[in-house]
Amino acid sequence: MSNVLFDAPGPRALLRHKYIGVLTLLVVAGLLGFIIFRFIETDQFTAAKWELFTFPLVHVAIFKALLATLQAFGVAAVLSLALGLLLLIGRVSQHRWISRPTYLFIELFRAIPLLILMMIMYYGLPPLGVTFVTPFVAVVTGLTLYNGSVLAEVFRAGIESLPKGQSEAAYAIGMRKTQVMRMILLPQALRAMAPVIVSQLVVVLKDTALGFIVTYQELLYLAKFYGTQSRYDSPIIPAAIIVATIYIALCLLLAGVAKIVEVRTKRGYAKNVKVQELVNETA
Amino acid sequence: MDTLLNNLDVFVDGFTLTLQLFLWAALFALILGTIVGAMRVSPIAPMRWVGTGYVNLVRNTPLTLLMFFFAFGYPKLDLPSVGYTQLAIMALSLYTATYVAETLRAGINTVPVGQAEASRAIGLTFGQSMSFVLLPQAFRAVIPPMMSVFIALLKNTTVAAGFSVAEAGYIRANLSERGEPAIVVLLWVAFFFVLLVGVLSYVQRILENRLKVAR
Repeated sequence: MSNVLFDAPGPRALLRHKYIGVLTLLVVAGLLGFIIFRFIETDQFTAAKWELFTFPLVHVAIFKALLATLQAFGVAAVLSLALGLLLLIGRVSQHRWISRPTYLFIELFRAIPLLILMMIMYYGLPPLGVTFVTPFVAVVTGLTLYNGSVLAEVFRAGIESLPKGQSEAAYAIGMRKTQVMRMILLPQALRAMAPVIVSQLVVVLKDTALGFIVTYQELLYLAKFYGTQSRYDSPIIPAAIIVATIYIALCLLLAGVAKIVEVRTKRGYAKNVKVQELVNETA
Repeated sequence: MDTLLNNLDVFVDGFTLTLQLFLWAALFALILGTIVGAMRVSPIAPMRWVGTGYVNLVRNTPLTLLMFFFAFGYPKLDLPSVGYTQLAIMALSLYTATYVAETLRAGINTVPVGQAEASRAIGLTFGQSMSFVLLPQAFRAVIPPMMSVFIALLKNTTVAAGFSVAEAGYIRANLSERGEPAIVVLLWVAFFFVLLVGVLSYVQRILENRLKVAR
């Protein structure tokens, strides 16, 4: 283990580490035990609370809600990538009347909370006579505007991480600006940024859960619906556990893809601090 | 403009609560995140497992779902009763702590291993190489991305609006009772968020320029 912070431990330190390790595990086991104990004490694991989720009809409903979540995710992911590329092109333009407004657009939509964006679509527009705003449209538009802006900056960071000589060489052999962008810069930038792009998609997936607040009928919405059925003893915690398992599994799957992509593309580009910053930005 | 001026009280209350959520969650996230971050780079394997497990689990859970657990699940557990605002702070802190931990870890990793080796080679003790060589650099590298984490936290406070916490995201619901046009209200809310985020980004840029480590 190469670590900046610690010397290789000697025999006494190793023994101490062992004790602390056991203590850590005990503390964590205690915490988890306490939570499970509260669950049992308050009858969260009784059959009555889980009965609802054994009905085939409920399975179908959960499946439909999952589909709704994935639909919003899929459409928003594709549109965000498209918008991100578009914004990137505007952002790196040498005409100030294009790059300036694009810059403002990106900064604006990165600064407005996503939920407020969705609310503007869902509650704000219909009174003005805009009729096509369903919860789905609100969720997807919000996700696209926000993540498109973030992705544009990710793409740009990718382009800036490339050595300047590459585009200079391309210009020198007579390529035009669009050719340089399309054939030299973008392919490399996308490759260098692939892990960050996939982790941004994890953010899109997580943020579809905000749709619950603007009444989009996805997984969380369903969990609330079933969780408040008093005929079945209001199984809100079982419902939340089921939905959480689905969400975490989906996100871990995508995060796993990101990890694989990262290992495959590791060429040392994606190491600058700016990338790290973008990864963190995406919370 | 009338919408803002006539309902200034609602706007002020909403954003006051937003800032409260932000500050408390930032404080707790910083504390918890530092502990978890330290666990993730510690030489003790079980500590690393726990840290990694926590980060992976919570980072892959939507914040909305976390709040859902706290707002609807917690009251069912017969624990000491806690207000929605406090529950929202807990959810926000637990969620943000994972990002704080990852940022700290990344910051520590920006210090080249050779520097630690060199400081040991010239006879600095562990404490000395920590306090003179490693931590100052890690600290400087960490501040700008940490500001990004807090900007995200500020925006994330709005999620509490879905769970009966009357912060800025809830202003619309409050004012729709007074018959104010939703779009105007929401645009004002958005405007103030842009302003707040702008201030934080400005601070971030200043710190970034001032603390840059020349390598």
